[in-house]
Amino acid sequence: MANTALADPDAGLTQAQLAARYGLRVAGERPSLAEYTRRLWAYRHFIAAYSNAKLVASFSNARLGQLWQVLTPLTNAAVYYLIFGLVLEQKSIPNFIAYLTTGLFIFNFTQTAAQNGTQSITGNLGLIRALHFPRACLPLAAMLTQFQQLIASLVVLVGIVLVTGEPLSVEWLLLIPVVLLQALFNAGLTMAVARMGSKVADLKQVMPFLLRTWMYGSGVLYSVALFEQNLPGWATRIVEANPMLVYIELARHALLEGAPLLNSSMLQAWSYAVGWAVVMGVGGFIYFWRGEQEYGRG
Amino acid sequence: MVEHIEASNDVTVTLPRIVERIPTVVVDDAHVIYRVHQGAAAGTSPVAALKRIVSRTSAPNVREVHAVKGVSFTAYRGEAIGLIGSNGSGKSTLLRAIAGLLPVNRGAVYTQGQPSLLGVNAALLNDLPGERNVMLGCLAMGMQPADVARLTPEIIEFSGINERGDFASLPMRTYSSGMAARLRFSIAAAKKHDVLLIDEALATGDKGFRKRSEQRVRELREGAGTVFLVSHQLSSVRDTCERTIWLESGVLRMDGPTDEVLRAYEDFSNNKK
Repeated sequence: MANTALADPDAGLTQAQLAARYGLRVAGERPSLAEYTRRLWAYRHFIAAYSNAKLVASFSNARLGQLWQVLTPLTNAAVYYLIFGLVLEQKSIPNFIAYLTTGLFIFNFTQTAAQNGTQSITGNLGLIRALHFPRACLPLAAMLTQFQQLIASLVVLVGIVLVTGEPLSVEWLLLIPVVLLQALFNAGLTMAVARMGSKVADLKQVMPFLLRTWMYGSGVLYSVALFEQNLPGWATRIVEANPMLVYIELARHALLEGAPLLNSSMLQAWSYAVGWAVVMGVGGFIYFWRGEQEYGRG
Repeated sequence: MVEHIEASNDVTVTLPRIVERIPTVVVDDAHVIYRVHQGAAAGTSPVAALKRIVSRTSAPNVREVHAVKGVSFTAYRGEAIGLIGSNGSGKSTLLRAIAGLLPVNRGAVYTQGQPSLLGVNAALLNDLPGERNVMLGCLAMGMQPADVARLTPEIIEFSGINERGDFASLPMRTYSSGMAARLRFSIAAAKKHDVLLIDEALATGDKGFRKRSEQRVRELREGAGTVFLVSHQLSSVRDTCERTIWLESGVLRMDGPTDEVLRAYEDFSNNKK
């Protein structure tokens, strides 16, 4: 043989030693957190395009198309107006309709983001097994799709709030940091539930109950004053720290004049809002990154 | 193992231009196990499920499929390697493990750079037009938006989906299965690759498209360091690969020059009948 004279320098090496000698890397090795973040940033166009595409695709079979983006929250508000505004008229809260719809729309953002996030790995296994990209793109795109929905809902909400007689004020601008903080919180949440959902498929079945419990604990449908009246003091303190209650309260405080609030000071509410956004955003990201290699297995 | 080393040496003889053999893919005793959830199979009534939770036994509807069982080999720069075997022998799974898309349970796969899997199953969004899917697919492969805009018309042209009217602007759910597969292949083939893994892609589409795609794969091969080709069409393995690996039930059965392996494989499949 021609190359026996070459005296193969690799003879006798194990496969692992051979790989090390030529500087080969383990296939699909998890990158460091900094490297992963950098790659994710490089894929920002994909995240944006994918979330847009999902949004368009979700309406593509409907005849009215993307008009539903506005029609859905509008119809929702109309139903709640019928029940809580006309049938069961609430007297304890001034401008109950605006109070209710603010809570509903803000909560809905987190609710649907978490629901879609649970399936963002399992529902995209074909894509994951075919192409290489940071998997965090998928839950982030799911969150971003819902964020775009929220923007449409907020336009409807502003209309409702104005029609129901709230004055336009500078405080409305506070709504912007509120939803941005909530988006950061939701990003972490969707990444966390995406990893859990990829391991335990049953989470998809449990999620609606968890989310409904969370909704009742966030004072969406009734006055938050009820917590203080019916719960012992320590339990009220816990409810005060509930991130969803905090984001809803801040949104109500920004838009409405006389809405009842549970958090005693706005400073406390804002610190909870920032704290939750940072803890959940960073924590969810790290938790998701630690499972990066496993997502293809399904 | 001995057989394997001899086989690789033979390959070097046939390719005299390669002086030093640089490994690009090293697979070391790789095992891949799938967990399959069987959903509503027998014995999954609510009562049975409750009983299992109480008695803490694991669910019978999770089955493990040991798809690749301890495969080892080394691939070198400049090689084109065919992967053959019966259906379900673990060929596609092995390719996914090399691509790093599916983690190995035991053993290890080492690669140089990032291998790319050129498959026709890059499922995107069926509710969206072909053009949008081309854009999404390219971005998912890590291209920059400017390159995507430049390449999109070329990709659509290559796929030939516009040969019968303007299909690129119609949702992909309106495509025939052949058209969809052609478009997916065209998207995947639009990128340059270091280590290229091709999974049955050459069998896509009608005759005209097959010719174009074989040409494209040849171009990609010339640029890539190492090419793996999974195929049931032994003729295309014979045409493109000088070395062939034969997998059977997840075990490496033979690794050597294409002629020898194909002969043994044909004997094996004929005897089975």
